[in-house]
Amino acid sequence: MSLTNLMLTVLMIAALFFIAGQRLALALRSSSADRLHSLPHYHGMWVAITSALPALFVLLLIVIGKDLLFQFWARDYFPQDVLDGDAVARAIALAKISNIIDGIDFGEIEPWVQAAGNAWIRWEANATVTANFLVLMVSIAGGLLGYRRIHTSFRSRNNVERVLTWILIGSSFVAILTTIGIVLSVLFESIRFFNLIPPQDFLFGLEWNPQFEGAERAGSGGGTATYGMIPMFVGTFLISAIALIVAVPVGLFSAIYLAEYATPRIRGVVKPLLEILAGVPTVVYGFFAALTVAPFVKSLGESMGLEVASESALAAGLVMGMMIIPLISSLSDDVINAVPQSLRDAAYGLGSTRSEAVRLIVLPAALPGIVAAVILAVSRAVGETMIVVMAAGLAANLSFNPLDAVTTVTSQIVTILVGDQEFESAKTLSAFALALMLIVTTLALNYFALQIVKRYREQYD
Amino acid sequence: MTDVSPKGLSPKQASERVALSITSRNRKEARFLFLGQLAVAVAMGFLILLFAGILNKGMPGFFQYYVALDVRLDAGRLDPTNQMTLESLAGGDFDGVIRDSLYQALGNPEGRKAKREARRLISSGSGQRLMTYVLDHPEHLGSTVSVQFAVDDDVDTFLRGLISREIPEMDRRISDQLIDYIDALDAQGRISYEISDYLFFGSASRDAEMAGIRGALVGSILTLLVCVVIAFPLGVATAVYLEEMAPKNRLTEIIEININNLAAVPSVVFGIMGLAIFIVAFGMPRSIPLVGGVVLALMTLPTIIISSRAAIRAVPPSIRDAALGIGASKIQTIMHHVLPLAMPGILTGTIIGMAQALGETAPLLMIGMVAFIVDVPSGINDPGTVLPVQIFMWADFAERMFIQKTSAAIIILLTFLITMNAAAIFLRKKLERRW
Repeated sequence: MSLTNLMLTVLMIAALFFIAGQRLALALRSSSADRLHSLPHYHGMWVAITSALPALFVLLLIVIGKDLLFQFWARDYFPQDVLDGDAVARAIALAKISNIIDGIDFGEIEPWVQAAGNAWIRWEANATVTANFLVLMVSIAGGLLGYRRIHTSFRSRNNVERVLTWILIGSSFVAILTTIGIVLSVLFESIRFFNLIPPQDFLFGLEWNPQFEGAERAGSGGGTATYGMIPMFVGTFLISAIALIVAVPVGLFSAIYLAEYATPRIRGVVKPLLEILAGVPTVVYGFFAALTVAPFVKSLGESMGLEVASESALAAGLVMGMMIIPLISSLSDDVINAVPQSLRDAAYGLGSTRSEAVRLIVLPAALPGIVAAVILAVSRAVGETMIVVMAAGLAANLSFNPLDAVTTVTSQIVTILVGDQEFESAKTLSAFALALMLIVTTLALNYFALQIVKRYREQYD
Repeated sequence: MTDVSPKGLSPKQASERVALSITSRNRKEARFLFLGQLAVAVAMGFLILLFAGILNKGMPGFFQYYVALDVRLDAGRLDPTNQMTLESLAGGDFDGVIRDSLYQALGNPEGRKAKREARRLISSGSGQRLMTYVLDHPEHLGSTVSVQFAVDDDVDTFLRGLISREIPEMDRRISDQLIDYIDALDAQGRISYEISDYLFFGSASRDAEMAGIRGALVGSILTLLVCVVIAFPLGVATAVYLEEMAPKNRLTEIIEININNLAAVPSVVFGIMGLAIFIVAFGMPRSIPLVGGVVLALMTLPTIIISSRAAIRAVPPSIRDAALGIGASKIQTIMHHVLPLAMPGILTGTIIGMAQALGETAPLLMIGMVAFIVDVPSGINDPGTVLPVQIFMWADFAERMFIQKTSAAIIILLTFLITMNAAAIFLRKKLERRW
């Protein structure tokens, strides 16, 4: 049976046990003088859990464990030179064997690979039979054990609830696991990268030329690969700065207008429209930037006699600013609305106009929240990928001129990692180091925003 | 009110001062209001610009030019072994049959060059199209029928008037001879401009006239299915635990900080994690909706958790107290009372999370869903791509027709997204109860 079928069978058995358990409890209720401790369906659930949970656990162990075991066994077939070789040689040997198993033919097959492949296929078949037998046995045995425990005084509900609670706790650990997964996956490869390239060259290097890596290894003298991240971070912050120059005034003034001046009807129209702007996928913004804005910026600049790159930072930044407007306006709107009405009333009472109340009273009170919103917007802009992949260039120019083509951290990551990678090359590994820097930057920005809100927030109530 | 103000102004002097300054203050007020209105106008202008640009480019992408040819469905040529199966038809000379009817419609051009130009008129996928037609209508075998074939993308672009006749022949992608042929067919009324069936039913193709979104759409649906099956239960369970059961301790705090941090991690990083863990460490295949769905689920999890928590928190404590008071257990209270009441809010958050996942591109690029795959994925373990990635790939092609198809695909994607968001807003408005 395939994995899915086996799992479905286990669930079917559990369902049968549920019915049996519930029936037994119902029979007990009508025949016995004692009252049932738990409702009948809890007894059913209890039996279903004792049947399915251990069986699924065994299945998980087998699925995870068998490949490791087989890899260990396969070593008996390895010739001496592979056994003496490094991890790469062993990985290649395993890949050869897995080609045999998948039936992929690459011509010449060494006898030991064929033998190991055949053995592996045999083990695989045995493992399937064993897994089927073991899992079904465990599920039936578990169900029967649970079934035998059903009694009028058996506390099924409490047991079921305990299991449920553990499932809930387990779910909330997924967030932690994801974080650990992100950190580890980026960290390990970054460490390997820093073993090849000294960290100070990466952190403070002014040149980024990973494409020469192949030439360097081949010794053809085409150039030296350099891995300095400064040009990319300059590019990233240049584009983010342009985006903020667009988004902060527009977003902030929209928020002020919507919170302080707009009638409920205008609010009711404009806010959903801004939400639409926020919901547009970034790939659409990227398409818009590359196809409409960039040529427009170029022709406009050239008509003024300026030299504009066809993938200018200005175009990507402008469109990114469009994307960020809703973020700034909705966050600022929230903090402006959170300023109590009494403050405004007090200002009006002293004779101030509406704009004076906003400028002198409301905005200072809302300032920490607004600053936090702007910082969150920066973090969003730094991590934004598709717009820069599609509209910004790939040339790592160290330039502060918005009309030049610049590249960003995210677009380099995408360029390096899309397609086939060699995990031994510094070029591939550099993407992980860049990702590490990206994570550190965005998390630092978010932490900073949180601290500002925490420290400077005024409590009015 | 006869007190003298601190600066020593009498009330009269003070009111004179106010009267003097009031015009400039009112002017400032008007300016400020204007700035606010301008900002909203600019934001709305961006929205209109974006949508107008895409609609303008995309609407033509829903249509394309077809040429109707009278094809003689010669059974001997099309189905040599006479079995009417996909395999036997594969041996048939469909291209030849179409070529013959094309030459006939053009008055049998002489010479290799003329014939080659004629062949450039119709799409290279026409043979496949005729084969599908024969499979669908086996009864027409042996007769002569009129079948519509897509014209080649350059011809399509010409027919749209985007390639001018005035340009010298050397500089345009179609020859004078070809233009003569097109005019001849047009005069016979064979060329028509219709809703593109390739857009909806075609799969990825390097030929613009045949490219369609079917594979990407199916891939998107499968990916989203995996995503919702994983993210929804996990998100709701986490929210329930954190809101209703978690003790206030260090561990709970760590979980909460984690969730907030995950919400701030750029999406491309989730793709890197997917690449390093699922593909490199676990050895799962690239480009499959299963991995894509898992990565997107982990990415949308914070969104679902945060909105579910808000929805659960909004259920008033009196409901819980009432349930506990008549003897329900903690879990029963949650399952029977709190969750059903919080469900509209939870669903709203889930739909918004799914809309986010549907539009996401960058993490899927990392796990290889950017591969060129012609077949429509038949399951979550089949290589495929998704709509936004398809848009990204098409955006790279230089042919003019691809720009239109890309915009059309964007319109379809946006339709899905706006429908989902509208559903979320509707749910929030209609079903959410105010306590």
